[in-house]
Amino acid sequence: MRDVAVIGIGITKFGELWERSFRDIGIEAGIKAIGDSGISGADIDALYIGNMSAGAFVNQEHVASLIADYVGLAQTSHVPATRIEAAGASGAVAFREAFLSIASGMHDIVVVGGAEKMTDIGDELANSVQAMAIDQEWETVFGATYASLHAMMARAHMERYGTTREQLAMVSVINHRHGALNPDAQFRREINIDTVLRSGMVADPLRVFDMCPLSDGAATVVLASADIAEKFTDKPVKIKGIGQASDTISLHDRRDITTMDATVYAAKRAYDMAGIKPEDVDFAEVYDSSTISEIMAIEDLGFFDKGKGGKAAEDEKIALGGEIPVNTSGGLKSRGHPVGATGVAQIVEIVKQLRGEADKRQVEGAKIGLAHAIGGTGGTAVVSILEAMR
Amino acid sequence: MNMPRFWREISGRYNLIGSRCGNCGEYFFPKRDICPKCHRKSMGKMESVKFSGTGKVISYSIVHDPHPAYSDMRPYVMAIIELDEGPKLTSQIVDCEPEDVHTGMRVKATFRKLAEDGKEGVIFYGYKFKPE
Amino acid sequence: MDAGIVSYGAYIPRYRIKPEEIGKVWGEDGAARGKGLGILAKSIPSPDEDVITISVEAARNALKRSGIDPQEIGAIYTGSESHPYAVKPTSTVVAEAIMAAPDMTAADYEFACKAGTAALQNVLGLVESGMIKYGVAIGADTSQGAPGDPLEYSASAGGAAYLVGKERVIAKINGMYSYTTDTPDFWRREGQPYPSHGGRFTGEPAYFRHVLTAAKKMMEKMGTKPEDYDYVVLHQPNGKFPRRAAKKLGFAPEQLEIGLLTPRIGNTYSGAVPLGLSAVLDISKPGDRILAVSFGSGAGSDAFDITVTDEMEKFERKRAPLVSEMVENEVFIDYAAYVKYRKKIRRKGE
Ligand SMILES: [Zn+2]
Repeated sequence: MRDVAVIGIGITKFGELWERSFRDIGIEAGIKAIGDSGISGADIDALYIGNMSAGAFVNQEHVASLIADYVGLAQTSHVPATRIEAAGASGAVAFREAFLSIASGMHDIVVVGGAEKMTDIGDELANSVQAMAIDQEWETVFGATYASLHAMMARAHMERYGTTREQLAMVSVINHRHGALNPDAQFRREINIDTVLRSGMVADPLRVFDMCPLSDGAATVVLASADIAEKFTDKPVKIKGIGQASDTISLHDRRDITTMDATVYAAKRAYDMAGIKPEDVDFAEVYDSSTISEIMAIEDLGFFDKGKGGKAAEDEKIALGGEIPVNTSGGLKSRGHPVGATGVAQIVEIVKQLRGEADKRQVEGAKIGLAHAIGGTGGTAVVSILEAMR
Repeated sequence: MNMPRFWREISGRYNLIGSRCGNCGEYFFPKRDICPKCHRKSMGKMESVKFSGTGKVISYSIVHDPHPAYSDMRPYVMAIIELDEGPKLTSQIVDCEPEDVHTGMRVKATFRKLAEDGKEGVIFYGYKFKPE
Repeated sequence: MDAGIVSYGAYIPRYRIKPEEIGKVWGEDGAARGKGLGILAKSIPSPDEDVITISVEAARNALKRSGIDPQEIGAIYTGSESHPYAVKPTSTVVAEAIMAAPDMTAADYEFACKAGTAALQNVLGLVESGMIKYGVAIGADTSQGAPGDPLEYSASAGGAAYLVGKERVIAKINGMYSYTTDTPDFWRREGQPYPSHGGRFTGEPAYFRHVLTAAKKMMEKMGTKPEDYDYVVLHQPNGKFPRRAAKKLGFAPEQLEIGLLTPRIGNTYSGAVPLGLSAVLDISKPGDRILAVSFGSGAGSDAFDITVTDEMEKFERKRAPLVSEMVENEVFIDYAAYVKYRKKIRRKGE
């Protein structure tokens, strides 16, 4: 298997982008990444697009063809273009598929995009579409919402490990603090614990500020075989390890709802491939679709012992300047969560940090970064470990 | 939700019909065609079984922001329930105050309206749970 | 008749509203209205309950007590004036939900408040003739009075199911008699959400004429007198009418009280006599004799002369909730919640 590197990144502003269409943002991120990478269109061997539900959000399927067309690759090089869906992990799975296509020797240079346009339909409908990632027949039909399933995980975690309501809130506080430093973030406003605890109840015990928003946005990365990476960039970032795992689609069928086994297995595979341990990771982008999902992630990834994630948030061990800064981009909560784009946006942030281009939110001495994405309530997980090549 | 999609799951939703693996004896709800533990050895050995409808609460949430089709019941209790035979499922808990629900609480199945497809569409029925 | 009641089950929703609460909204003396009607509270279905869920729960309760194989049930008839669908039977849902389908017949009945007893007569006929081994008859309603209508004080929700067969009969049917005329005292036109009624015309020419005649002719036919019965169950649109009718017939208040539920739960329409009879069966002993007379507007009465058998000794009533337990399980709500629960206000998107 060949080594693979990220040689270019591009991202749009995340948020409610009323003037921009799905294709506008997809193209913008693509053009930025291609520009950043120094490649030309003719160098691209394949295109992978992470997208959860363009059909439901903007009435458009077949979006890989659409993006290939509008980035100018369809009519000339007729590049193979593939759309990948794995709910919130769509972008991350697309990233892994692109990695595999280069590692296998099939391709040399591949572009991975992630895009979602969620605000063209009303909030009610958008929430329903997002909830399509949970089991429609045995969860949704009975009245379960995406937030209520997270709330059940939160309650179980609180009852078993003594995680507090304030500790959960602290995750949101830290992510907003980070997001305030990210010009591309949806919410660039610092909040405090009271902001979270006084926000409206969504699904007890979780409130509005525990949950990630609905967002528009796109992100793109360009991957190349490591041996040719330096022809295009002087700051290549190597994909050191990558792991993916699945679990039951329904939360109720899980062995334990205070752990996401998909994360545990994906992480183990990524760590084994990278030949590192959790303590070797300098910073991470993890999947905080809710505050509890970030707490479970930092435990399941091995950064903290099971049950100690809440305390780690309380002690700001996951804040910039802390033991292991998590979600320096602002995470899903503050940067925003255009579902299909998230997995790629996480890679963009990791690469910015490893290149030393994260400006005010730069993690000092960042050498190894980890990205973690989840589909649904944990039916899919992808963990990627990246390292600066020099 | 469209009617055929609901209709074909009636046996599970009305009567808690699930499966039992003829190889290892494990119970499953809803029905499964293959046992995740026995794989090939369970092929053709998955038996239909009716669950008793009693169990206990594993975790729960009080939903304040439901899908519009469920908003008449708001706020309602959503829970993961472990049936006495072992399988777990997600259901509402009704006929009690949300503040009375607790982890470990004993519950039993009841037959309720789940949602309706607007004023003119079909009505979906199935299980909810209430205190035993 | 060999066909009789093999088991029974009831269901009453837990929510209640008091006449005072209704009167408050309409500027009426609700307490006085309630007193005039002999009603202390009426039952209200939860937003997720309707005639189908009530019928299923009642039928499941009946099956729990009987222990028969539901596949032996040959017919299910459900009587109601508030079937959730105008077209599409309640009874087929019940059939699936009690696992009696598919080798059986089913239909819904409508005859104002006596649709449940009409269903019972038909099931008795099928069992008696040998066409089926067991049958289920259900009377259930989630009746509605228009906001501001006097009916709003009484129209309530509940139902009961009867499993009929020839083996292990707990209550024998000694005889039946029906009295039927064209009397438009109360009706609901197709497509209208609420019923209309003839006000005081619903009394003498409708309720009393039919109930009294049916009761008298039943006793004439059986050669019995009021004192031969331990209990009498009469249709109960309010707390007053059945008391007055029982008195006119010569029954003592004690014979009526057990089967008179309207004061506590309101008028459950098609569920009324089936529920009243269930309350009596809940406490009756072998040898007890019961006269039950329903009334349905439009109009007709079905009378049943019933004797509790020795099988009642072995009958496992406790396997399902007693009527008295469900009457006592009450949660009072205000008028605002009531109009939401009964879908009297249209929410966004409707
Ligand atoms: Zn097995």
